[in-house]
Amino acid sequence: MTSKKTVALFAICMNDVMYPQTCEATVALLERLGCEVVFPEEQTCCGQMFTNTGYHAEALGSVRSYVKAFTAYDYIVGPSGSCVASVRDQHPMLAAETGDKVLMQAVAAVVAKTYELTEFLIDVLGVEDVGAYFPHTVTFHPTCHAMRMAKIGDRPYRLLDKVEGLTLLPLAEYDQCCGFGGTFSVKNDVMSAAMVADKAAEVIKTGAEYLVNVDNACLMNIGGRLHREGSAVKTIHLAEILASTRAQAGS
Amino acid sequence: MRTNEKSRASATLVTPASAPVRRTPAPPAERMIDAPPFPENVKNYINNEQLRANMRHATHTIRAKRSAVAAELPNWEELRTAAEDIKNHTARHLDYYLEQLEANLIKNGAQVHWASDAAEANRIVIALVQAKGVDEVVKIKSMVTQEIELNEALEAAGIAAWETDLAELIVQLGHDRPSNILVPAIHRNRDEVREIFLREMKLYGKAAPEDLDNDPKNLAAAARLHLREKFLRAKVALSGSNFCVADNGTLVIVESEGNGRMCLTLPETLISVTGIEKLVPTIADLEVVLQLLPRSSTGERMNPYTSMWTGVTPGDGPQEVHVVLVDNGRSKVLADTTGREVLRCIRCAACMHACPIYERVGGHPYGSVYPGPIGSALTPQLRGFNSAIDKSLPFACSLCGACAEVCPVKIPLPDILVYLRHRVVEEKKRGHLGLEQTLIGFFGWVMSKGRRFGRFGTMAGLARRVLGKEYLRSLPSLGKRWTASRDLRMPPKSSYRKLWKKRARRKGGA
Amino acid sequence: MMGRQEVLDKVRAALVDVVAQEQDSALAPALGRGRSIAPHPAMTESIGASQAPAQDTPPQWEYGQPTAVHDVAELFIDRVVDYKATVERAATEAEIPALVARMLASAGALTCALPAGLDAAWIADGAAAGVQMRWDDPPLSKEELNTISAVVTAASSGMAETGTIVLDHRADQGRRILSLLPDTHVCVIRADQIVTDVPEAMARQEASLRAGLPITWISGPSATSDIELSRVEGVHGPRNLYVIVVG
Repeated sequence: MTSKKTVALFAICMNDVMYPQTCEATVALLERLGCEVVFPEEQTCCGQMFTNTGYHAEALGSVRSYVKAFTAYDYIVGPSGSCVASVRDQHPMLAAETGDKVLMQAVAAVVAKTYELTEFLIDVLGVEDVGAYFPHTVTFHPTCHAMRMAKIGDRPYRLLDKVEGLTLLPLAEYDQCCGFGGTFSVKNDVMSAAMVADKAAEVIKTGAEYLVNVDNACLMNIGGRLHREGSAVKTIHLAEILASTRAQAGS
Repeated sequence: MRTNEKSRASATLVTPASAPVRRTPAPPAERMIDAPPFPENVKNYINNEQLRANMRHATHTIRAKRSAVAAELPNWEELRTAAEDIKNHTARHLDYYLEQLEANLIKNGAQVHWASDAAEANRIVIALVQAKGVDEVVKIKSMVTQEIELNEALEAAGIAAWETDLAELIVQLGHDRPSNILVPAIHRNRDEVREIFLREMKLYGKAAPEDLDNDPKNLAAAARLHLREKFLRAKVALSGSNFCVADNGTLVIVESEGNGRMCLTLPETLISVTGIEKLVPTIADLEVVLQLLPRSSTGERMNPYTSMWTGVTPGDGPQEVHVVLVDNGRSKVLADTTGREVLRCIRCAACMHACPIYERVGGHPYGSVYPGPIGSALTPQLRGFNSAIDKSLPFACSLCGACAEVCPVKIPLPDILVYLRHRVVEEKKRGHLGLEQTLIGFFGWVMSKGRRFGRFGTMAGLARRVLGKEYLRSLPSLGKRWTASRDLRMPPKSSYRKLWKKRARRKGGA
Repeated sequence: MMGRQEVLDKVRAALVDVVAQEQDSALAPALGRGRSIAPHPAMTESIGASQAPAQDTPPQWEYGQPTAVHDVAELFIDRVVDYKATVERAATEAEIPALVARMLASAGALTCALPAGLDAAWIADGAAAGVQMRWDDPPLSKEELNTISAVVTAASSGMAETGTIVLDHRADQGRRILSLLPDTHVCVIRADQIVTDVPEAMARQEASLRAGLPITWISGPSATSDIELSRVEGVHGPRNLYVIVVG
């Protein structure tokens, strides 16, 4: 098992456009752990924005581009519980709806090789201490899809536990949805606003410097609310904490 | 509340010769199916601080109880799987089990009636009550009778239906509608209940004690006194059923207060109205569902009372027993091979108690007797996707999945809702093209090619350069729905795709 | 009977996919969520069983199994007490009359209804202490029962895990109304009638249900959680539940 693993980065569309630092951190982290990382340029997004809004035909472009981008690789790693869960749960359903047997088989094959970042670190690389250094107080919001669809369990906590200098502060009502829900946040805007206000209030109560999770979409939602309230709490993706090292901090 | 006050006053005090006098408190006049779409209706409730506080307290209390007693059973997951299998099996052979149930009921002295829809079910019940020559009945809480609006049909026929479950009594006397399938008055706190009892009980029977305080124990005692005379007087009782055992003709009612036992035991005639999805094949199957239901619903190891009866028992309880089997849209749900999974529902309410959306507004904005996640998944399928509220219900969910985690019969509620959204959209696509469809169509096109998406990323970066801000505080049109409550983070100047290319060039050069 | 045919027709039309699967069982795994093809294991020799659905998704469940309980009677007592009922343990049947009398006195009962088949020895001490005993023979009217303060019954079985008493309303337990209208219920159960949990108890009740007897499960006194989801003991059913576990 000493051979170098080639990992295809499933960047996540939102990270690609809005949070490139998460992708950079994921790549830096995986390279530090001895992987070779590639970025297949045919990738776009998981398509859940369409699927979850009821537009299945419109999601198929994403399904096909995912197959095209990633079929060649043994390990596909995405820094998002939600999007990895969508690939695993929804791509097979969407493919089945087309009745296209070739697509169904291709999807099944590529789905089996898709990992959420913390799953890949712990289950495939077998590492919990990634040599990270982050001398700050943080609180962790386990996002709904990471927790209940991707079922990544306590992996993020195990990784955070080994980060040097980091203090994890408990978040009350941690298992409550932040109210993002993709297009839910605009289709049910008033409800979504009430949910994110409650979540932001709990985050502020922790007194942490950073709010961390494994899904930037939820961070965009909670962070947008924190920013509106003028809160000093910063949002950060777990990959960025895991990528931070003492050497960087010193430089 | 004020309008209710008026309608009650006019019904009980003024009696014009032409208008028939109401026997029971009038519920709100608006039909539930005419409710505005969920996102609109939410606005009528979400700022009600009292409601928010009541709902928060109630849902958080019961969530904790449920998870504690579910965790007590080491085979909880196996039980859920068994229940899923039993209910799937039953649904897949529903015609067989319905006929078997009917045969066993008749063999045991019950009379069986079949109703294709609500109107037929109501006609059957009214005729049965009228045949007994009475003008009032006592009732056990039953969701299907709420669904078919039996109480109002009875009222129109001059028959008073008295709800005897404490929460249903609070709802009925409050001129209100249930907001939960387990605890219909979950939206009311003790002060409100006291006020309703003091104001209304005296108009419909035994008055509440004048010195009634807000202690739930005393409120329950007032209900006991108010209803006892009705129980003793009633000749006919109406019930639903929690389970019907096909191979023996046994009906099961699960309850807490004993009002169910009163209704099942005291009157001479018992009419049980039951949805056709309530069947289980055999007596042994009860061991599975009767472990899951109390722990999932009230969060108890066992509910105080469970009653089972098989037709008529000579010398004990009602000597005339009727069972009305109601379809009312269930066969339509059964025909949908994906949507049919909701027919496994055993009405425990765990999904609504777990739901962060339900928690913030209660059941009323759902415009259905079945609120929360199961309501959003079941109601549009039962009623059809024709009304504004029914088209909006599948979207009344952030897909957080908390409901599916607690469902005792493993209904994949978020998956069903995603599927129903697809049904709504497919229907919508036949109409004119709206802004949403145009946007989604555009992004679908963008996301079907890596290069297209790359260009989109570049454009987003350009927007950032032009606007020069890290956050936007206000957006027009659809965007306003985001910025009304939170700032929008703007993309950085360069997408990751670009950064990767740069890096690759650097590496290649190195 | 128009409704009957209409409902059954609609149900059958809705299940065409199931029929198709059964005709081509090779298709079954691909079409349904079902895992394998076998008869429902709990299917018994009841009516219609000969034409019972033979092929389908059998529950992955072994029926009627006891659970691991160290001391069934003690767990039962703990769980019944949890519901705020009063429980006493009697070493032998000889202790029953004194316990019954003490419980009736503690509930302040002046009158007590008795099922026609109750062991008369159980209530001797209570009667001697002046509680007026009313046998349900001939049957007491509901109006009479509504004025009687207590009832003493035997039980059919008990479930330890859930703290549940099962009545199948035979002669020593009486008609359902008997244990319902009086405000105090004193129930005598033998330790050997108590089983571990619901599955074992359900298996024991099958014969009663097949014989057409009604069954009542009682888990503590009447209660409600309808106001703010806080449990309150005592609504319509007996507000006081006393249990004597014998042996």
